[in-house]
Amino acid sequence: MAHAIFFYIFSTIAIISAIMVTASKNTVHSVFFLILDFISISCLFIMIGAEFLGMIMLIVYVGAVAVLFLFVVMMLNVAQQKNQWFSGESSSKHIPIGLIISIIIFFELIIVVGGWKYKPDLFNKVDLSSQDTLSNTHSLGQVLYTDYIHIFQISGMILLIAMIGAIVLTFRQREGIKKQSYLKQISRERSEGVELLNVDNKKGVSVDD
Amino acid sequence: MEYMNIIFGEVYKILFLIIPVLVSVAMIVWLDRRVWAFVQKRQGPNVVGPFGLLQSLADALKYIFKEIIIPSSSNKIIFILAPIVTMTLALIAWAVIPFSETHVLANINVGILYLFAVSSLGVYGIIMGGWASNSKYPFLGAIRSAAQMVSYEVSIGIIIINVLLCVGSLNLNDIVIAQQNIWFVIPLFPMFVIFFISALAETNRPPFDLPEAEAELVAGYQTEYSGMMYAMFWLGEYANILLMCAMGSVLFLGGWLSPIDLYPFNLIPGAIWLIFKILFLFILFALTKAIVPRYRYDQLMRLGWKIFLPLSLTWVVLTASYLFYFNLLPVN
Repeated sequence: MAHAIFFYIFSTIAIISAIMVTASKNTVHSVFFLILDFISISCLFIMIGAEFLGMIMLIVYVGAVAVLFLFVVMMLNVAQQKNQWFSGESSSKHIPIGLIISIIIFFELIIVVGGWKYKPDLFNKVDLSSQDTLSNTHSLGQVLYTDYIHIFQISGMILLIAMIGAIVLTFRQREGIKKQSYLKQISRERSEGVELLNVDNKKGVSVDD
Repeated sequence: MEYMNIIFGEVYKILFLIIPVLVSVAMIVWLDRRVWAFVQKRQGPNVVGPFGLLQSLADALKYIFKEIIIPSSSNKIIFILAPIVTMTLALIAWAVIPFSETHVLANINVGILYLFAVSSLGVYGIIMGGWASNSKYPFLGAIRSAAQMVSYEVSIGIIIINVLLCVGSLNLNDIVIAQQNIWFVIPLFPMFVIFFISALAETNRPPFDLPEAEAELVAGYQTEYSGMMYAMFWLGEYANILLMCAMGSVLFLGGWLSPIDLYPFNLIPGAIWLIFKILFLFILFALTKAIVPRYRYDQLMRLGWKIFLPLSLTWVVLTASYLFYFNLLPVN
């Protein structure tokens, strides 16, 4: 009973906040609703016994990815652009592409739900909470590092390549920047920095830089 | 009726945890100021109550009676939400800290991940406060702190992996029990040092207190806050510091284990040992605040990404190879 109540609370919050992500006028509010959505989804993960997935969802998406979203949205002032897009002429150009993508996602969801409907034993086999002796983390590790090791490694490589690509694309060598070398600063001796001079009266000294 | 009993039981347990945490936060503020003062040959707060112990309570009273000012051009909902988020996140993390083998509010399988997740959510209170204030200094402070906290989380995560390799479980009680023979501070000493410094950066403590560097940013993200809302930020910050100390003592200093497993020491309950360890780490935090000058921002980023990250990654490889070679990997 309590389980069902919590399920409905979290899923209602998830759906409402997902709608609010697209519906809210302020972009920063959208990101905050996205974060709320992530959190309620991870609560749902924990409720079906996938505690590891739920926590990783919190750490990766909420703790890192959404922070970067927020960063970009706050810095770029996307709110103005968004308003211009929706009211301006150019907004109609984006509609077909958006429609195509959303239709594809819709059919994918239908396939997933249909598979669940017509082949119920498919999902019973991967019930994450069914094995009492093994925790969710252990059972995930046993599958991930044995049967799916190649796919796992390949996805890691793809992420690495994406990261290197992003750095290469945005990196530019700039001329004439002054850099501080910590090694130089620390290893400076007194003899290099200070010079003691006997200054004659009314003559002064010339100091070369 | 049965549900009501369960709910009341849980609420009782939660209050029994939260109220001591809040009281100790008030005391720890006093201790912090006192240690700081002694390093600088001052007296510190010593007027209110014996040794000035009630100073924090007097401060709290003052904050309660101050007016809460909400800037007219701020985003009001998020502005009010920010200190609440900071405070709540700092308190909910205490649910998984084990005070002895049986005394833990939620003995969950992924305790350490939960702690890590909650501490990484802590950045939101600061970003929300900084953005919603709609003012230059708070926003700059918030952006600095977001970048800083995300960078140092990476190294904390990798340090946690080091410990997990030696334990073989994500449960905090298992982590403590795995240290029965030797505390992880000895074999993983470099990681303990890096964890300590990263914890300083994660909680925005000096020498990494750039988000609120008063000389350049007034008070950073807290500039527009006043009265009880400011006090909530402040309480949340100190609760977070205590939490990081608790995390450090569970991961490296053996949690509730007594230092020597002999007769007179065994009798002292584990909670006392844990509190002593938290206090020890906190005094180290306070001393660091007193004796180390503030880092420049680029030095901070360099330390996080170019020194700590490679070092802790290398140590993961070393630990894993050592455990694998000597067949010490924990397998259940």
